[in-house]
Amino acid sequence: MTIITFTLILLAGAYLAGLVGSLTGLGGGVVVIPLLTLVFHVDIRYAIGAALLASIANSSGAASAYIKEGITNIRLGMFLEIATTVGAVGGAIIAVYTPTNTIAILFGAILLFSAAMTLRKKNMEALTEGSALSYKLKLNSSYPTKDGEVEYKLKNIGAGFSIMTLAGVLSGLLGIGSGALKVLAMDSAMHIPFKVSTTTSNFMIGVTAAASAVVYLQRGYMDPGIAFPVMLGVLGGAFTGSKLLTRMDPKVLKYIFCVAITFVAAEMIFNGYNHKF
Amino acid sequence: MKKILSKSFTADQDIEKLIGYLLRYGVITASLIVFAGGIIYLHQYQHSSIPAYHTFVGERAGYTTISQIMSGVGTFNAKGIIQLGVLVLIATPILRIFFSLIGFILEKDKLYILITFVVLSVMMFSIFGGLKV
Repeated sequence: MTIITFTLILLAGAYLAGLVGSLTGLGGGVVVIPLLTLVFHVDIRYAIGAALLASIANSSGAASAYIKEGITNIRLGMFLEIATTVGAVGGAIIAVYTPTNTIAILFGAILLFSAAMTLRKKNMEALTEGSALSYKLKLNSSYPTKDGEVEYKLKNIGAGFSIMTLAGVLSGLLGIGSGALKVLAMDSAMHIPFKVSTTTSNFMIGVTAAASAVVYLQRGYMDPGIAFPVMLGVLGGAFTGSKLLTRMDPKVLKYIFCVAITFVAAEMIFNGYNHKF
Repeated sequence: MKKILSKSFTADQDIEKLIGYLLRYGVITASLIVFAGGIIYLHQYQHSSIPAYHTFVGERAGYTTISQIMSGVGTFNAKGIIQLGVLVLIATPILRIFFSLIGFILEKDKLYILITFVVLSVMMFSIFGGLKV
């Protein structure tokens, strides 16, 4: 295959990955890894490098809009970034000692979990009473809704912080944003309304991914020939996705994608198990 | 109602707006650089066959340090220019932490100055800690 054909096909594939990632809320990075490894037979380490870049681009692009609307809880994001960055650096260190097949199997498992998470019941309730720590850390805040500003409070901050550390480790190890785990920590453990947890998670993904990306760049995981079509393709796809989301409810699409992603995850696990990476 | 808190609140709002702009323009700048590099890359290599991506070369492929990337950019090397875009993209969220730090300093929020400083230190450790091996 010549470079021009490879680049054009990868550009189209990355565009679709960005589109699917944004419509399902999984993020483009998660779709980029199976695309590169299963379809293009690229070494999973290059795929991880490209996926990290896609995650940073997506996160920074989308976060700027949410901050303007005042939904993102910046203090909470900053506090939890201690957990995710420490985790991400740890993950990048562990990665050296982890066989690529194990990484592929782990990735498949996380993919299954993420697909299941997109179908979960969302937390719409805002707590009126927070834990003592939530006041001390000034994490309680408010966010705008159709019916005006809604106040919310947090609890189980220790549990949320722990899950965030794990999310960071996985993000560093697999090159993904771990959005699903981040939302689990904020939504289920800390009882934050899902609109705040999704946007704050998105806000944090860029910093988490950058923490391991600097290590991976030095290790040569980021190949310019792959980074270029993936970055531009995913950004374009995510942009189209965000425009589509305001005009339609992707509920049916979500189910279809979740089934498709389950198959992809199974294939990653199967190939990893048979040492094909 | 929040407006009563006036001064500190406006500083907070301004810094949030600034962070929003930073993230947006960081991504746009990175994409433009990568796009420019990509065009040159395609122009130079379009008919050559793709490298053996199924085997991992790692560091030996070059462009993994700032000095290598910069010397590549200096000679208008396509790969060097793409990697510069990659560098700008990775730097964007790191710069965002700096801006947040300034914001919390303006607000005199000691707890969050400390928290942001910890995050920044972890980031610096990741960059300069020699973790690449």
